[in-house]
Amino acid sequence: MAEESTTDKSGRGQGSRDENIAIIRELDYSRGHRKIFDGLNLDVPRGRVTAIMGPSGTGKTTLLRLITGQILPNHGSILIEGRDVCRMGRNELYDTRKRIGMLFQNGALLTDISVYENVAFPLREHTRLPERLIRHIVLTKLHAVGLRGAAELMPAELSGGMARRVALARAIAMDPDLILYDEPFVGLDPISMGVIVRLIRRMNDALGLTSVVVTHDVEEVSSIADRTYLLSDGKVVASGSPEDLQENCSAVVMQFMNGMADGPVPFHYPAPDYSEQLLRRGQE
Amino acid sequence: MRRVLVDVAYAVQEWLETFGASQIFLMRILAGCPRALLRPGLIVRQVYASGVLSLAIIGISGLFVGMVLALQGYNSLERFGATESLGVVAALALVRELGPVVTALLFAGRAGTALASEIGLMRATDQLSGMEMMAVDPIKRVVVPRFLGGIISMPLLAAIFSAMGILGAWLVGVVLLGVDEGSFWSSMRDQVDYKDDVLSGVLKSFVFGIAASLLAVFEGYNSIPTAEGVSRATTRTVVLTALSVLILNFMLTAVLIGEV
Repeated sequence: MAEESTTDKSGRGQGSRDENIAIIRELDYSRGHRKIFDGLNLDVPRGRVTAIMGPSGTGKTTLLRLITGQILPNHGSILIEGRDVCRMGRNELYDTRKRIGMLFQNGALLTDISVYENVAFPLREHTRLPERLIRHIVLTKLHAVGLRGAAELMPAELSGGMARRVALARAIAMDPDLILYDEPFVGLDPISMGVIVRLIRRMNDALGLTSVVVTHDVEEVSSIADRTYLLSDGKVVASGSPEDLQENCSAVVMQFMNGMADGPVPFHYPAPDYSEQLLRRGQE
Repeated sequence: MRRVLVDVAYAVQEWLETFGASQIFLMRILAGCPRALLRPGLIVRQVYASGVLSLAIIGISGLFVGMVLALQGYNSLERFGATESLGVVAALALVRELGPVVTALLFAGRAGTALASEIGLMRATDQLSGMEMMAVDPIKRVVVPRFLGGIISMPLLAAIFSAMGILGAWLVGVVLLGVDEGSFWSSMRDQVDYKDDVLSGVLKSFVFGIAASLLAVFEGYNSIPTAEGVSRATTRTVVLTALSVLILNFMLTAVLIGEV
């Protein structure tokens, strides 16, 4: 990974391919004329919490969609358990997805069925378990996220934090190997955020999962991540433990980690000269 | 001039892409139908949503259309002293034309918009992506049951529309205007042919059901995932369904009558 400017001092997740549940190599992806990823390389170590951070618009959510085969890259490979999702047929892709849980930014709960039915949904679709066993699993998963008492509520009756916890219960219903979190902390109050932060870590350790958290909340994710990648301009500009990134002297890393308004990532969207634009408008 | 040609070329390309996409979409729906039939509960729920919940608007509309038909028919038939034919006039108009066509137009406004906006909002709120991530094909789980529910509902709704229309015609013709009740019903029984009239109406409503349901689920599924995108998809559903139904009606009538 030549593009990384830091290394993982803890040494975790640096071993052979088998230690990485997901391996991304030379990934190129463009949307229209805009290049989102340009030769991206990234490893997701098994059994760890990996944080992918970066300013808004760097393609963090797009990366999750690429990992799960919802969109295809222009070039490069995305190996999940050694198999390239870009080359999978629909059936193989769906088999792979059964082992991946994904928590969407807004929860993506099915709004016409109750919390209980939402968590039971993947079980009913993919298994022929008796109703008693489904009930047992659903209540166990809801209990794990602290919402067993909300089983009969409808998604519209839930707060943002509760909806995300229900979505988390649904994501782990099929006991996946890998779970992807898309901006899990956005729009949450401090209590809900603390709950979600603890749940991500606890679930990962208790269930033996591998977690990938896409976020731009530096403080929250630093407290739970084993390994952190910082994306900018379509590449990994830094990686390592959260402490490594805090100590990194690169301008872009310092700007992001310290929340500075201007720097290598400009405050202003590219635009013509301000005074020229004002004068021209005045003449019209 | 060159710009106009380029615009036309883009428009044609876009139309062809949409047409191609709709055909692939239809193929995927048809491929998902056999498995959907193994889960009748999902289809029954959609028959309820598209059909049962449309009963009020269909019933009331049918009643008033029949009442107006009786008023207009009585007014015209009275000039020729043929008011006893009022029953057959109302029945033929309802069973052959008004029943299937007006039901399809009302279906587009009531159930079609509901289908398109529901699926569009599911797309906008990542519910469809969520299903795909759970390895559940949204076409099979969401689209196919709604499509089949619409197809099953339409002929039943058209039959109810026609029945309510005949009831409305009886109320106005027999009860209010004093047409002989025996002539009203017997002329209907003698002149309305089961195969030529009733079955052709059922066939029409079945075809309209396919068109209306396909357009609604296609527009909803392919809507842009924003408030404006869903709104546009809903509007397009009504406009395209109305036009398709009227064009298909002419084509089917020409084929069934065999005069063109």
